[in-house]
Amino acid sequence: MGRGNSGILVRDTGFRDDDWRGEFVQWSGEEDHSALPDLAALDVENTASAEDIVPLFERIALIRIAFPSHMDGRGFSLARHLRLLGYRGRLRAAGHILADQYTMARRSGFDEVEIDPDFAERQSEEQWLFRADWRTHDYQERLGRRQ
Amino acid sequence: MARAFRPCILTANDLIDGEVVYLAPDGAWTRRPVDARLFEDEGEANRSLAAAEAQEDAIVGPYLAAAAPGGHLGPEPVHIREVLRATGPSNYCHGKQAGS
Amino acid sequence: MYRYDSFDREFVRSRVAQFRQQVERRIDGSLTEEEFKPLRLMNGLYLQLHAYMLRVAIPYGTLDSRQMRQLAHIAERWDKGYGHFTTRQNIQFNWPRLKDVPDILDALADVEMHAIQTSGNCVRNITADHFAGAAADEIADPRPTAELLRQWSTDHPEFAFLPRKFKIAVSGSPVDRAVTRAHDIGLRMIRNGVGETGYEVSIGGGLGRTPVIGSVVRDFLPVADLLPYVESILQVYNAIGRRDNIYKARIKITVREHGIDAFRERVEQRFRIQHKAFTSAHQALLKRISAMFAAPAFIEAPTGAFDAALARDPVFRSFVDTNLHPHRNPQYAIVTISLKAHGATPGDATAEQMRVIADLAERYGHDEIRISHEQNCILPHVHKRDVPAVHAALREADLATSNVGLASDIIACPGMDYCNLATARSIPIAQDIATRMKERGDERQVGDLKIKISGCINACGHHHVGHIGILGLDRAGVENYQITLGGDGTETAALGERVGPGFAADDVVPAVERLIDTYLVLRSDEDEAFLATYRRVGMQPFKAALYPDTVLAAGR
Ligand code: SF4
Repeated sequence: MGRGNSGILVRDTGFRDDDWRGEFVQWSGEEDHSALPDLAALDVENTASAEDIVPLFERIALIRIAFPSHMDGRGFSLARHLRLLGYRGRLRAAGHILADQYTMARRSGFDEVEIDPDFAERQSEEQWLFRADWRTHDYQERLGRRQ
Repeated sequence: MARAFRPCILTANDLIDGEVVYLAPDGAWTRRPVDARLFEDEGEANRSLAAAEAQEDAIVGPYLAAAAPGGHLGPEPVHIREVLRATGPSNYCHGKQAGS
Repeated sequence: MYRYDSFDREFVRSRVAQFRQQVERRIDGSLTEEEFKPLRLMNGLYLQLHAYMLRVAIPYGTLDSRQMRQLAHIAERWDKGYGHFTTRQNIQFNWPRLKDVPDILDALADVEMHAIQTSGNCVRNITADHFAGAAADEIADPRPTAELLRQWSTDHPEFAFLPRKFKIAVSGSPVDRAVTRAHDIGLRMIRNGVGETGYEVSIGGGLGRTPVIGSVVRDFLPVADLLPYVESILQVYNAIGRRDNIYKARIKITVREHGIDAFRERVEQRFRIQHKAFTSAHQALLKRISAMFAAPAFIEAPTGAFDAALARDPVFRSFVDTNLHPHRNPQYAIVTISLKAHGATPGDATAEQMRVIADLAERYGHDEIRISHEQNCILPHVHKRDVPAVHAALREADLATSNVGLASDIIACPGMDYCNLATARSIPIAQDIATRMKERGDERQVGDLKIKISGCINACGHHHVGHIGILGLDRAGVENYQITLGGDGTETAALGERVGPGFAADDVVPAVERLIDTYLVLRSDEDEAFLATYRRVGMQPFKAALYPDTVLAAGR
């Protein structure tokens, strides 16, 4: 079983409570997931292989990638890889992410960020909103890197 | 084996201008090592270090640096690195030594 | 030269605004130092021994006079009147105050410069051959490629938090002046069998604790595939590079642990997806960028003044001898301004000197200036008829030291005089060696000799690729210097070999002198350079010169 869903979601419009009501299933990359409920939510470590998750794309509604530390950028490349492989469902970055990394998360293909309430107290909504305009000044877009 | 405790001073850099600072006996931060408090008791040194670590609004990166009692002036840093931090770069006269 | 368009301008301004806000948040306590540190590092702001240090990028080492004057202005207004040019084509200001830094960044933005990604675990300032666009031996100008990569790597969403820093260098000539093989990615522009230009891509080079010469991962990469391919390399590294041990986090270790073939396999696998992830917009942009790097309108004029000065003035002759390099236009020359006056701090320039260089570039040099990784300044396009005037002006400003490529043209990192990570000083060693060479008066006879000094194992002074490399270490609180021989940072790249036990600070100059004297005795003739002699005779005679007693004892 994955972590619960008591976190605060950050989206382009600011903070909101988590609206995902279902369970999170911890993805280990090994188990037989034929028993996975339809439209499930997966909890994924940032070391997971995107290719391994491809067969499940149609059956999952949300993938939550863990960010154990704001210094560890693996989750960004993993998100990008999932998107390039065709994942269209909801993609969430969860853990120790700074407001200043919101743009990176969005441009890597995440739809939203999840942070703990106590963390949200120090990194106020205002600070996240300051960085919410993630589409402007995007060099990669200008160079033709597809979103 | 635990390293033997050596007398030391508590140093850091000022948050705003980055200059080297030392903890003085009155708890203020001073720019002159000779005005620093010399710790001869390990427990006290560690307690002061912990307190300094909480002073994020004033200083950055506090640590204990070995020092000798020095003459009548006050403590003197021991290691070459700390000597350079106390005096400024040695390649030409600028930095602290130019101001003093 | 590249000119910012409104996109670049707004981007850089927005970054300054963000950083201004981050500084405020740090000061008001909403960011801890631990959280603020990676953000300040992303904007080039370090905390060094004595103060903060701001590292400003000089992309691929190219500047114009307006930018140089602004650097002079910054040095005077917010620092102590000088700047330090580094081995990565950056300039460092050693004394800024935290609260002034946003203003400094705005001043840089005024002249299309920034300090973005000059630190932190991201793709750093892209470096290139400092003779780009001017060298007689060039296949293609590497700067458009470097500029394209600068834009691509800027604020790249995936690669701001890599396992470790990442350095890319581009060379456009078969003569590798950009030390490409000592970079995480080295790009050498080449032509394939049918005459198309592309890149030879090497990865996993680097100096530091574990020096490695890079391995070729692709022997010919078409120009159009550059970004998707480089992005693939970075993605693989981001995913499998080690994060458990800072000393094993660079891509050179990843490549070594997985093997170059397995690494290549992963990259190619990524590349198959990646190359569909880009439209052709980057190629259109590359065209636009390339147009901005068109050669200046070279002047047609007689070069008689140059020849006359050469015949008349021995001082000018020796300047020409060392500080001029062949330009692709035979009427022109590439003029190197040495920032290595004997006894001065290598790479330092005062605001006054920066202004002199700016004036000369504007007046005689088609307004172009370069900074080399060898910590010198270059006027890449000077008509030969103007070289005597340039030389005269440099002499006035104490900038005419004729020692480029000689023993006193030493690369030295800041070392323990400034750097927080240092284990010993490097600048005073460089000062002492250069001063001694001047006293000896024979550095011209000695000829080509690259001495490189680092103040710790991180090797910012490139000591591994110095013909004589010097590494400062801490032996029980005392500075101690290890000497390596035979390193080479060019297309014949090699790592230096350690000769033996280290030397105390006072013994380094005599040791270097013994090496030089040994070379002078051993060389086959005056044309055989130090490195060639070393390659011919090997370590032994040099070792015997440095450690006479030990070698004798071993022989007994
Ligand atoms: S080599 Fe070491 S001492 Fe020199 S600049 Fe780099 S980190 Fe600092």
